Amino acid sequence: MSSTPLVESIALTKHFDMGKSHGKRQIVHALDGVSLEIAEQEILGLVGESGSGKSTYGKALIGLHDKTSGEVRLKGETLPARYHPRDFERHATSMQMIFQDPYSSLNPRMTVGEIIGEGLRLHTRATAAEIRDKVTGWLEQVGLQGEHAGRYPHEFSGGQRQRIGIARAMILEPEFVVCDEPISALDVSVQAQVINLLNDLKSSMGLTLLFIAHDLSMVRYVSDRMAVMYLGTVVEIGPANDVFFSPRHPYTEILVASNPEPDPRTERSRASTTISGEIPSPVNVGAGCRFVGRCPHAMEQCATVTPELIPLKDDSNRRVACHLF
Amino acid sequence: MSDTLLQVDDLQVEFDTYGGTVQAVRGVSFEVHAGKTLAIVGESGCGKSVTVQSMMGLIPMPPGRIVAGQALMHGVDIIGRKEIDGRDIRGREIGMIFQDPMTSLNPTMSIGDQIAEPLLVHRGYSKKRAFDRAIELLDMSRIPEAAKRARQYPFEFSGGMLQRAMIAMAIACEPKILIADEPTTALDVTIQAQILDLLNDLRRETGMAIILITHDLGVVARMADEVAVMYAGQFVERGSVDDVFYRSSHPYTLGLRAAMPVNDQQAEHTLTPIDGSPPDLFHPPKGCGYCARCPNAMKICEEHDPDVTVMSDTHSARCWQHHPTAPAKVEGLYYREASA
Repeated sequence: MSSTPLVESIALTKHFDMGKSHGKRQIVHALDGVSLEIAEQEILGLVGESGSGKSTYGKALIGLHDKTSGEVRLKGETLPARYHPRDFERHATSMQMIFQDPYSSLNPRMTVGEIIGEGLRLHTRATAAEIRDKVTGWLEQVGLQGEHAGRYPHEFSGGQRQRIGIARAMILEPEFVVCDEPISALDVSVQAQVINLLNDLKSSMGLTLLFIAHDLSMVRYVSDRMAVMYLGTVVEIGPANDVFFSPRHPYTEILVASNPEPDPRTERSRASTTISGEIPSPVNVGAGCRFVGRCPHAMEQCATVTPELIPLKDDSNRRVACHLF
Repeated sequence: MSDTLLQVDDLQVEFDTYGGTVQAVRGVSFEVHAGKTLAIVGESGCGKSVTVQSMMGLIPMPPGRIVAGQALMHGVDIIGRKEIDGRDIRGREIGMIFQDPMTSLNPTMSIGDQIAEPLLVHRGYSKKRAFDRAIELLDMSRIPEAAKRARQYPFEFSGGMLQRAMIAMAIACEPKILIADEPTTALDVTIQAQILDLLNDLRRETGMAIILITHDLGVVARMADEVAVMYAGQFVERGSVDDVFYRSSHPYTLGLRAAMPVNDQQAEHTLTPIDGSPPDLFHPPKGCGYCARCPNAMKICEEHDPDVTVMSDTHSARCWQHHPTAPAKVEGLYYREASA
């Protein structure tokens, strides 16, 4: 791995204060000490169940959430804990985001041309004519047509809207893009279109991506490395194929085993792999491993000592937060 | 084949809208066998939900209209009927669970009361007996502390728990068929696995049939005995789960499979998207619905709707490539059979 990662989070923590209930402060531990680094031109996949903090992490990285503690570094430079409008202006051209829901993330009262061109208008000195040309260029690059610029979002299908969202993020030619579940609202045949588009853009623009999704197969396909989150912490990280095909953390094992394969023979030969229970509440989480309540291998120390994310003895590319290793 | 519970023939459903008439379901036929799971798989807007809703009398009319077709249960056409020999179809013959358990339950009624309701209505149970049965049903759906949980309200349940409560409600009157419309789409994979296992166990214990509606081929592979692939209001391919996965015979089925990642460490592959989008069902194409996106489309595909070609006792597809007079078979139309 190169010397300085492009994006790095160090013990990034985000708590939400929900006020008092029964005389006790309710603190939601959305992120607790997440340290990850993303190398230049790498795709890091982030998987986990809903409520595990994946989206919070993506948003905290690019400053859409204030940080409770910890820091985020972009090319070694520490980013502010709380963004002011000036900070957004400064970083908009280097970091962008693609959102999950192509329906609610586009302003219905703006034309597609205005939506895509807005970043240029706000953050660069481009003239109206330059913006128009660039918007047309990007519409074509994402597989739409230049004349679509005058239309409104409701005139497009879900897949087309997601392309509009991609064009909006890419027009500023950022170095780092957070893709927050960019395909989960789309049909299978359209998912592949969007994934291939992202892959093409990644290689032509030299992008670095954080790809957040809950579809394990898709994350494995897309990503170089894969990180698994559970209840605000990273439990395992490593090369995507290794994590998928030989998971080490008990939670990753269960996640992979629950992932339905589109192959009846595989499915028939699969033993029932369900774990009981559900992801616990992230309010006022105490010490100890967060997976302890559902873990089939839970030991005594798991309930009291929080495991750290450390490299495996036999594979330094893999880091696992579990007392078994 | 085991005994047929439900036989649907040439079902056609239309909706009147401001934009014109949408032909949502365009001639669908299938059978449901006791103790088996039939999966109807397709993308959004293909008509899979409308197909099952029309059997349950859940199509609002107007604007909806069942133009043609029948659904025979015990030799009686159930379309437009509420009961067979005094037995209600909805609830007693066919139970149903929905995609979004959060909005499908009444937020102002306790879970136990909601499960007891069909027993009061259909079975004439006393309140006490119905509530006790509701607790048993929650227990069958593997909800811990069922007696306590029955007194709680939907907001106190998680998504997975709500779906279990929905299942308990749907099986309360021991229906012969359970329709599950995208039952796990809103759930996480570990919870999805729990719910799918529960459905399979209940099917084995009670011998009911399941009609599973989904867009997820992984869920199909896990659950289905028989599969119907739906596209633009028609079944383009039908067969046993192995037929459809290992001997895929319709270009759309192949297209779907090629668009999904395969988890095989050896195989380096790239996803092949299906270009274009489904046809406008306001004006369905004269020929094959898939023609505009099909890589192997021929002239006849634009002109004439393909006949159903029967490949085997269990397997059929709606594609001109299989017609005896079709030019040489297109290479790769049959999915390479994975080595067993």
